[in-house]
Amino acid sequence: MSPEPASADEPQIVRDIAAARRRRRLIFVSIFGLTWLVLIGAVLGLIARDFDVAFLGTWWQFILGGAWLTVVLAACSIILATLLAVLGAMGRLSHNPVINGIASLYVSLIRGTPLLVQIFFWFYALAETGIVLEPLHAGIVALGFNYGAYLTEIFRAGIQAVPRGQREAAEALGMSESMLMRRIVLPQAVRIVVPPIGNEFIAMLKDTALVSIISIQELLWKAQAAGRPQVRILEAIVFAAAVYWILTIVFSFLQERLERRLARGDR
Amino acid sequence: MELGEVVVAATDIEKYFGTNHVLRGVTLEVRQHETVMLIGRSGSGKTTFLRCLNFLEEPTIGTVRIGDITVTADPLNRRGRRHREHIRQLRIRAGMVFQDFNLFPHMTALENCIEAPVRVKGLPRDLAIATAERLLDKVHLLHKRDEYPSRLSGGEKQRVAIARALTMEPRVLLFDEPTSALDPELVGEVLAVMRDLAHEGSTMIVVSHEMGFAREAADRVVFLDAGRVLEEGPPERILDDPQHEAVRRFLRRLHTT
Ligand SMILES: Nc1ncnc2c1ncn2[C@@H]1O[C@H](COP(=O)(O)OP(=O)(O)OP(=O)(O)O)[C@@H](O)[C@H]1O
Ligand SMILES: [Mg+2]
Repeated sequence: MSPEPASADEPQIVRDIAAARRRRRLIFVSIFGLTWLVLIGAVLGLIARDFDVAFLGTWWQFILGGAWLTVVLAACSIILATLLAVLGAMGRLSHNPVINGIASLYVSLIRGTPLLVQIFFWFYALAETGIVLEPLHAGIVALGFNYGAYLTEIFRAGIQAVPRGQREAAEALGMSESMLMRRIVLPQAVRIVVPPIGNEFIAMLKDTALVSIISIQELLWKAQAAGRPQVRILEAIVFAAAVYWILTIVFSFLQERLERRLARGDR
Repeated sequence: MELGEVVVAATDIEKYFGTNHVLRGVTLEVRQHETVMLIGRSGSGKTTFLRCLNFLEEPTIGTVRIGDITVTADPLNRRGRRHREHIRQLRIRAGMVFQDFNLFPHMTALENCIEAPVRVKGLPRDLAIATAERLLDKVHLLHKRDEYPSRLSGGEKQRVAIARALTMEPRVLLFDEPTSALDPELVGEVLAVMRDLAHEGSTMIVVSHEMGFAREAADRVVFLDAGRVLEEGPPERILDDPQHEAVRRFLRRLHTT
């Protein structure tokens, strides 16, 4: 909320207080920004001796081209993860021992093994059994299944956070279990889990770097491809890091806005 | 209004929570157009009994009939498909109003009122909307039809909840302390709606400590004590000339607080 504009009929002291507050805030923001500039400048200064700006001048567009694939990869994977998480959460809450067993095994297995191992499994190990996945597909499946398991637990908590009375009111109206899940519980759970999904998406933006190892030509792969032949890894990696950083800042900002929009209307 | 046939018949309801014997054989028959007030000390089993009527709590033993549907408690088979369907049919015939409203927060007042008619009864949407608007008007909230619950006062929420229960055209309305969660100045508007319903001939079972409402609107008062019906009768008789010391003590304490 921005402060109300001071109107003329307020006493001078009220306006003085508002002005003082604005002044303090401006000073804070200035020094804060300056701190960042100095720190980043210091780091850049340390490496400047070996830093070849001309290299980036020729290669930045090539590397930045990988950012597009990074975002697409993260987006596809988070969609897959969300679908798996809805099923997984329902499974984990199911009274059917088979369904519950499958969902629990999925979560346990995925959370108990490194993501890198899972990437190797989907791409290399599976290929030996005759199931050959395109690198891009293997990457999406690996990230989607991995994040799906973590999101499953988040979704389960979200479903359980919907007040008991909501379910009872729906039951009292004669809704069946599946209908009240679909119409009453899940829509409210979604509101609870959107912020964590956003966090997972931003985390995933960074974890996509791992799939460069199966030669998906995303941001990190391109940075390495450009830097390695000319032994300009420093420049390429610093640039890639900056792009990842900017991406997460942009998506954090978008997430905040989405969250605020969802919070409107109810509760 | 002249009472009609028996529309609710709960027979020998027993309920254990674990080994805690909460209902000890409660039998209650309610006739069409009748308003029954259920009173009793805290922990006497009023809420549990009301929730047994629509199987939000499955009785341990006993049978409930509402209109043309009879369900016998079957606690060993709670997830049985046929049993669940019978319970669902029973619930459609009973509207319930909760202490803390339980409106669906992601739906407007109107959407709250058409959800079940459309989804459960399969009513065409425009028909459901017409009915919902008529009922919202009846609780004096038609002008709030597009508001979300978070923007309604407690009294308004409860009145929407009453309208929502009415949209299913239940044979009986069950109220569990509908005014207990309300600020004192909002109690009246909810009781006024309930009084109108009672006088128009709705069949109602009301758990409440509002003795003024009992006198104005109830046909019968039932006093529950430790899971049994200790005394029942017309409001004046129970409130002014109770036979049991326990009832007298309960009413005295109610007046002094
Ligand atoms: N879900 C439950 N699990 C275990 N025990 C319960 C449960 N619900 C109620 N009880 C117990 O059953 C007894 C009766 O509770 P109930 O809520 O029916 O009383 P009540 O008459 O509605 O009381 P109040 O006036 O305080 O609302 C109490 O001893 C309570 O502790
Ligand atoms: Mg109670």
